[in-house]
Amino acid sequence: MDWSLLITQLLNGLQLGLLLFLLASGLTLIFGIMDFINLSHGSFYMIGAYFCGSVVAKSGSFLAGIIFGLAGMFAIGALVEWFIARKLYRADHLDHVLVTFGLILVFDTLVHLIWGAAGMAIPLPDALNGQITLGSLVFPVYRLLIIFSGLIVAAILFILVTRTRLGMLIRAGASNRTMVEALGININRLFLIVFALGAAMAGLAGMLIAPITEASIGMGNDIIIVAFVVVIVGGIGSVKGAFYAALILGLIDTMSRSYLDALLKLAMPVTYAETAAPALSAMLIYILMAAVLAFRPQGLFPPAGMK
Amino acid sequence: MSWLPQSVSGRIYASLLLILAPAPFFFEWINQPFYLDLLSRALILAIAAISLNLILGFGGMVSLGHAAYIGIGAYCVGIPSYYDYYNGWLHLGLALSVSASFALLTGAISLRTKGVYFIMITMAFSQMVFFILLSLEEYGADDGLVIYSRSEFPAWLSMDSSTSLYYWIFGLLLLSLFFIHRLVNARFGRVIVGSKFNEQRMQALGFNTYRYRLVCYVISAMICALAGMLLGNFAGFISPDMISWARSGELIFMVIIGGVGSFFGPLVGTIAFVLLEEFLSLITVYWHLIFGLMLIALVLFGKGGIHGWLSLLDRRGGGHG
Repeated sequence: MDWSLLITQLLNGLQLGLLLFLLASGLTLIFGIMDFINLSHGSFYMIGAYFCGSVVAKSGSFLAGIIFGLAGMFAIGALVEWFIARKLYRADHLDHVLVTFGLILVFDTLVHLIWGAAGMAIPLPDALNGQITLGSLVFPVYRLLIIFSGLIVAAILFILVTRTRLGMLIRAGASNRTMVEALGININRLFLIVFALGAAMAGLAGMLIAPITEASIGMGNDIIIVAFVVVIVGGIGSVKGAFYAALILGLIDTMSRSYLDALLKLAMPVTYAETAAPALSAMLIYILMAAVLAFRPQGLFPPAGMK
Repeated sequence: MSWLPQSVSGRIYASLLLILAPAPFFFEWINQPFYLDLLSRALILAIAAISLNLILGFGGMVSLGHAAYIGIGAYCVGIPSYYDYYNGWLHLGLALSVSASFALLTGAISLRTKGVYFIMITMAFSQMVFFILLSLEEYGADDGLVIYSRSEFPAWLSMDSSTSLYYWIFGLLLLSLFFIHRLVNARFGRVIVGSKFNEQRMQALGFNTYRYRLVCYVISAMICALAGMLLGNFAGFISPDMISWARSGELIFMVIIGGVGSFFGPLVGTIAFVLLEEFLSLITVYWHLIFGLMLIALVLFGKGGIHGWLSLLDRRGGGHG
């Protein structure tokens, strides 16, 4: 067995998991607290990448790109909440799906209008462009940075949710929204903050991945579905659940892509294994989600007090 | 003449069908085959939208994975054709049986869930189909597969010319409209609609609502697979993209534009959707922006879709709905 490959794949899985967590944590809060299905959450991921790219192109500083990008995404999230989402909280889920599907079209086209149809590459500072070599293990510095910043954001979010007043309200909102309102909390402001915060985190995920994949139109439309899988598997409204589920799914997805065909070859003829492995590894997370929905619909780690 | 539709909206729908019936000859006469293609595609998608409306509009089951059945129907034409089996009855039988089995299996699991979970689980199953087809290198994977010849039927049923294919589409459209109308107005449909509004009451009346819903889901999937079988023949090309979740989202939109839970709503909704798409994309490359804004405005302000607006005419005209 090739141990350095295994470790590299584990780190890749961790990286994917943390990016998924950045997307899913906002999604699960918006879903859990406002009971709002936001298909266009993936658009925030895309817009974040373009924002950051533009600032980097102007200023030459990646850090400035991230900071301005976060602020911009917070503002966009607040605008979407203010003008659109807020009007729909009392409508049924079908309306959420429809409106946010329309929003995806609008955002994709706006990006096309502003930045053009071609993708946008984001150059990395030289310091981040290198590789770290440990024995036979070679891993790009930038990917380690993604993992590192993902963990830091997760820690900050965890402290925010469990140790601050805002976090207490968020948790209370996820468990019982009516009760929070009855206690005299300005629920509209809470919703606005949660939505904008979610947009900023989705944007951050886009900014972090863009130097590797480059920013492109529709880049959020596939990953958002995986983020929904994370939310469902983790339990709607649970940040902790989103964290575990994102890591589990990130690892399952990465590991099955690299090892499933070897595993299947033990059980069936090589040609079948080579056809079945990619299909099965792409399906695995959806199979997991279907199983969770069928047998434990509240998710693996539902928020406390939620029935 | 009591068999004539009494309401204004009913008369409009009846006239629409009368206009659609001779369409191929009209387009041939004005020498615009392109419009026949456009209309054929719209009517195929209308069959799919009508099938989705059965579970979504009448049954309250919001599926974000219905395009999977279009894909299943289309691949049931494409894969046999790849091995030179062009027999149309084979294609038809495969499309119906494969879609029914898949719907029975996934529906049995999905229908254990409700509301938003149902949306997500149907989406998950269609993603599974998507990735299976994506991995089938033999059948073109994501490049898709070209179908060189249409399904073969006896001469009087042939779908080889675009006119005869149109009448296949139009015929199946009428059949599905008629079938769903009978179904919904039968006891079966009453139970389905009843359990959308108050499931507990239906159960208290002694109906096994789960079973009724499952049968309804399977029927809807089979009708949708018919649309897929027609789409494979019409386009002569199949690819996993037919099943992506965005396609399923568009299907929901076609139903909503027309009006949820009305018999003709999905038909007019789909025609409006396809025409709008075609028309807007001629004006500007940025047509998705206008389209997206229209969809948002429709949900925020335009309750009831086209059928809802037409029904306003009924009330004004004093007809009996």
